[in-house]
Amino acid sequence: MRIDCKHVWEHISAYIDGEVEEGLRAEIEKHLETCEICSAVLDSTRNVVVLYADGRVFELPAGFSERLHERLEKEMEVSGT
Amino acid sequence: MKNAPNPEFEADCIRRILAGEKQLFHDLIRPCERPIFFLLMSILHNEADAEDAAQEAVVKIYRNLHLFRGESQFRTWALSIARNEGLGRLRKAGTRREDSLDALTEDQGGDFTPAILTSWREVPSRALEQKELAAVLRQAIDGLPEIYRNVVLLRDIEEMDVRETAAALGIAEGAVKVRLHRARALLQRSLAPRLKGFAPNRGKLFGWAKARKDEPR
Repeated sequence: MRIDCKHVWEHISAYIDGEVEEGLRAEIEKHLETCEICSAVLDSTRNVVVLYADGRVFELPAGFSERLHERLEKEMEVSGT
Repeated sequence: MKNAPNPEFEADCIRRILAGEKQLFHDLIRPCERPIFFLLMSILHNEADAEDAAQEAVVKIYRNLHLFRGESQFRTWALSIARNEGLGRLRKAGTRREDSLDALTEDQGGDFTPAILTSWREVPSRALEQKELAAVLRQAIDGLPEIYRNVVLLRDIEEMDVRETAAALGIAEGAVKVRLHRARALLQRSLAPRLKGFAPNRGKLFGWAKARKDEPR
């Protein structure tokens, strides 16, 4: 079986997560060796994921946690034991 | 995994809270704060509403702790309460978007072809020191249809596994995988062309000169 670019794209996400089975993985890797487009698509997808998953991109609003725990404290006071 | 849950700690904590050590609830809920907030952000699309809903959800989690049966992870259970809180608010506001979106986007298939490139210069994580880059990334994720955004937030940003994400969102594991794949394809397509400008300059001299300038004196 020889796989084409479209086929590789379909599995890129699973490939990044290490979730494709061995046979397909080998096919994808063989394809990547000679296809600069798929290599670039894979590299850019991986890069995009690493960047947006960085803790600095999505931060809790300042003081979120403090306000939440204050609210909880109040709830605990009224709820009694 | 960020804030990986520890089931033994949780079970012990819950037993003691229910036996009267209420203060322990603060520690129990802490690892869930981020995913709860970002899930609600994804549903409600507004920081103030998401914070309000998160507080309400956490109070509900506290009040209903005796109902937690330990059949799922605590965080999964907590997130499903948060999700219901968010969806309940949408319903009340008369903007019941999720059902229609689910039906639409899942069936339509859509075009998930990636941006075609012939080479890629890696954008290193240190480029995130530029606030503009973080803003571009946030915008792209905000622009995703909700069913994809939820999955990206829980799977990639909160690093939850497929099973937990599926349970928290009330969808099948297969749907989590399909949605994550599509979301990443959409994000690669929208972001790859814009990120090119954030890759380090090829000329070493410029990089070096800039690094020198930024050095503490």
